[in-house]
Formats: sequence, C-alpha cells, structure tokens
Amino acid sequence: MKRLFKTLQGLWSLAVGLKITGVELFKPWLTVHYPRQEVDNLATFRGHIELVPAADDPQTPRCIMCWKCVEICPSRCISLRLHAVGEGAEAGDPGLLLAPELKSPYSAHLPPPPDKIERVLDSYRLNYSLCSLCGLCVQSCPVEAIRFSRNAYLVGTTRQDFDLDLLARLRNPVDAPRPPGPRPPT
Amino acid sequence: MSQDANARLTGDFYTAPFGPRIEEEGDTLILNMGPQHPATHGVLRVIVELDGEYIRRAEPVLGYIHRMHEKMGEVKSWVQYLPNMGRVDYLHALAWNWAYVGAVEKLMGLAVPPRAEYIRVITCELNRINSHLLWWGAYLLDLGAFTPIVYAFADRERIMDLLQMVTGSRLTYCYYRFGGVSADLGDEFIRGTHEFVADFRKRLPMYRGLVTDNMILRGRCEEIGVLSPETARRYGATGPVLRGSGVAYDVRRAEPYSVYDRLDFTVPTGRNGDAMDRYEVRMEEMNQCLRIIEQALEALPDGAHIAPDLSERLLPPKGEVYFAVEGARGKIGVYLLSDGGPTPYRVKLRAPGFSNLSLFAELAQGTLLADAVSILGSLDLVIPEIDR
Repeated sequence: MKRLFKTLQGLWSLAVGLKITGVELFKPWLTVHYPRQEVDNLATFRGHIELVPAADDPQTPRCIMCWKCVEICPSRCISLRLHAVGEGAEAGDPGLLLAPELKSPYSAHLPPPPDKIERVLDSYRLNYSLCSLCGLCVQSCPVEAIRFSRNAYLVGTTRQDFDLDLLARLRNPVDAPRPPGPRPPT
Repeated sequence: MSQDANARLTGDFYTAPFGPRIEEEGDTLILNMGPQHPATHGVLRVIVELDGEYIRRAEPVLGYIHRMHEKMGEVKSWVQYLPNMGRVDYLHALAWNWAYVGAVEKLMGLAVPPRAEYIRVITCELNRINSHLLWWGAYLLDLGAFTPIVYAFADRERIMDLLQMVTGSRLTYCYYRFGGVSADLGDEFIRGTHEFVADFRKRLPMYRGLVTDNMILRGRCEEIGVLSPETARRYGATGPVLRGSGVAYDVRRAEPYSVYDRLDFTVPTGRNGDAMDRYEVRMEEMNQCLRIIEQALEALPDGAHIAPDLSERLLPPKGEVYFAVEGARGKIGVYLLSDGGPTPYRVKLRAPGFSNLSLFAELAQGTLLADAVSILGSLDLVIPEIDR
C-alpha cells in the first residue's frame, strides 16, 4: 500500500513537471535569431579598445604617449611608436628622452633636451588575440584617450586579423556601429 | 578481498599506478572516464576499475588544464595579476576577484569605501546564483534531463546582462580593484536587479515542481554518495558539499568579511549528506542570495566606489597575508607573501574544488558507474579551478 502511494506520488510529480514544460511551450521566444535579429545590450559591451579623437580634430588621437597603458597591460598587447618634431627632434630617439632629468654615459655629452618635446604618434597597435579585456589600460590613461569599442562582431580567419592598427581605425572607422536589423543582401 | 589485494587498492594514481588486474578477484576492467567525457565538465580524467557495473576503485588524475596561475603571480605586478583571478574559476569569478583584492587590501591596511563593500556583496551574490544555476542545469544534464539547463540559461542570461552593465564582461569578470570596484552601479542596474530578484523568487518554486520533486531525480540522488561530516572534514571539503553533510560552516558567517555580519541570512544545511542534500543546499542558497541582494540594495550607501588617490605603482609592504571568502564551491583562500617588491614573492591559491574532488575516490568506491556520475556532478566541480 505504501509502495503504491509512493508510485502514485512519483507519477504525479512527473505530471507536474510536464505541466510546467507545457506552459513554457506557449511563452514567447527568449532567444534572438542572429543574424535576422541582434541583441540590444551592446551599449555596455566591452570590445577591443579604441582611441578617442581629440575634441577639435576627429583625425588626431587624444593620446599623449605617456606609455602608461603599455606598462600596465598584463599581456603586453599594446605597442606604440612615435617621433619627435620641432625643437629637439634631432636629439635622438625620443623614447629615451621621456625622463629628461636622467643622465646616462651615453647621453651625458648631449645638450640638455628642451623642456617640452612635441611628439607625434606614428602607430598604435593592439594585439587583440592576447588581450583579456581587463580594462586596466582604459583606467590608467590620464587623459581618457582610450575607450572600449562596441564592436561585438569582430571576426577573422588569421591571427593577423586581430593585430589591430588603432590609429588607422581612428582615421578610417571601418567598424562604425551598424544599425540593427537584417543585413542588405550582397 | 584478500589482504594483498586490499593493499593494492590504497594509494593514489601517482604513487601506485594501476597495474595488471587483480586475478584472484576475477575479471575487472580498467576504464578511463575522461579527459574528454561529458560528465567531467572539462578535462578531468578519472580512472575507474570496474567489476561489472560496480566501481572497485576510482582515481582522479589532475593537471590537464594547469595554467600556472600561482607562478604567473610571481612575474606579474600586483595590479597585472587581477585578470588572472577571473580565469581561475570562470563560474564564480567575482569571488576569486574578491579573495585576491581582499588579501592585498589586508596586507596594505587599505580601507574600502562602504558603497564599494555593498557593491561587492551585490555583484558577488548575483554571480553565485549564476554559478549555482549553471551547476543545476549541468548536473541534471549529467543525469539525463535536458530541459532544465535551458531554463537555467534563461535566468543566467538576465544575470549576465546585469553584470555586463557594470563590469563590461559576461563571464570572466575583472571588476574589483584594490580599494573598491572599477565602476559604479547605475540606476538601470539597481532597477534591473530589483526586477530580477522579484522574478527569480517566483522561478525557484517552479524549479522545484519541474525537477526537484521529480521521482526520477530523487531516485538518482537520494542515498547516493553519502558523505559523513567526519569524511568531509578529513578531506577539507567546504561549501555546499560540507553543508550538505550537516556542518553549518560558511566563511561569510564563520569568519565574516566585508559587510556580511550586518546582513541577515541563514546557512542551509542538509541531514544525510547524500547527493540530494547537496542539491537542496544549493537550491536554498540561491534563495538566501536573493535575500542578501535585497538587503544590500536597501542599505546601499552613497559615496565613492573606489578609494581615492591610490597610486598606480602599488607597493604593498613586506609581509604575508591570508584572506578567505566563500565561493560557490566553498572556501576560496589567497595567501600572499610580499618582499616589498613590485610583484608578489609567492601566491598560493586555495581552490575549494580540489578538496571537494579528493573525496570522490572514497565516495565512489563500491557504487554503480552511473551513480558515480551523479556523485561527481553533485560535487559541483570546475576543473580549471582545481588545476589552477
């Protein structure tokens, strides 16, 4: 008798479960059918980093080349190159003049560098295949010259596809946000 | 079983490799479960010696996904080690974030603004629900029920959307910083969390009706893998595995950190220590997480979310420190030794999954192979965390 009761109770538990599944069957879809539809929460998405343009010129980055992002990056995925212009440009590798108060046997005979050297950013590359999106570079930037892009749809077939030239991307925004919806037929 | 054969059944895989079969005991079969096996959820290999369908001996073999996280701590600066923490245990990344950040703060004597403490509690508990939900779905998947994981993912999606709002990531969070958190909570997050808590509270009874009371699940879990509190203690098991055996040990209560001593929640425990008790403990814990989140949202103070004027080149003083938090799988401990340099001298990570897995060999002895899968699932293992 006890066993029969237990079996009936068990069978009832199956019916309860089936009822829940049945109700769920008639609820609206929760999933998004990419690529016909796209998710709407990309405003908070953190994609690869990108350079922020200066307020007065959208072609020039705000970056002051202080090297902080390069130094703090745990996976060393940022590399940048620059050259000096104007007064002090001929003094040599501008990378060595970042701390003018430092004297080394190699620089002792050189004339003292000018107080301010104007530098131009030649390239700002990000090896996105190494990046872990921790955000330390964005937070350490003193002038807020880096931000996260909203580019959730970055795909590539080779490793070189993820070696991003951020300066070129700033000048030619290839990944500008596309309005959601179906893609035009190609 | 003869004395000689018994002697061969002790010891682990490394000291006594599986030799030829034990002839006097009849035909036994040595079987590899894993490293690629759907029930091990990752690259865990369990060597089992089978007598028919019964397990004579089971031995987990670790190290397939060892990534040298502890060694990496010695070569990266204090700040640069932060993203590693989200990758030790990808399911409860924020608890690992907290354990490391908390250890460094303790070493430096750094005060955390009250708002940051509450933000940490809210996000960490949301992450705990997320972790338990995935365990729930995956465990039932192991036992042959496919639908629950779809329900779990529908709820997980909402939590991940919420956490994405503040952290920017969906799984491997790197959100906590020394002296606070990296971003403040917005109104949208607070509103969304209130809505989620209200909705999820209704979902929990639905889960009970869907599977918890199901006779098939009960048949697969009740009186399977009974773990006595003594055995659990002997192996250093923590978290829901220990609480399922009736020991109410929770780091949030036993060694309160942050603001947990100001929050009202209970520590659910089981009675028999079987797989069903571990299941019930986790389901009730999700309910308690909701209570904690509600209280923390209520008490969320205004103010800064990160301690101001924190130098970037962080140089903690000489010394050693140990800091433990309660993760979804148990006690997460971070031990740091600093020589005053730019990197930690030594980092030791205490992963709860390692201790919880260790007792599997003893629990699985003499059970059916199918029950061993149920036991393995009920321990809620995350293999990257075990190997670190």
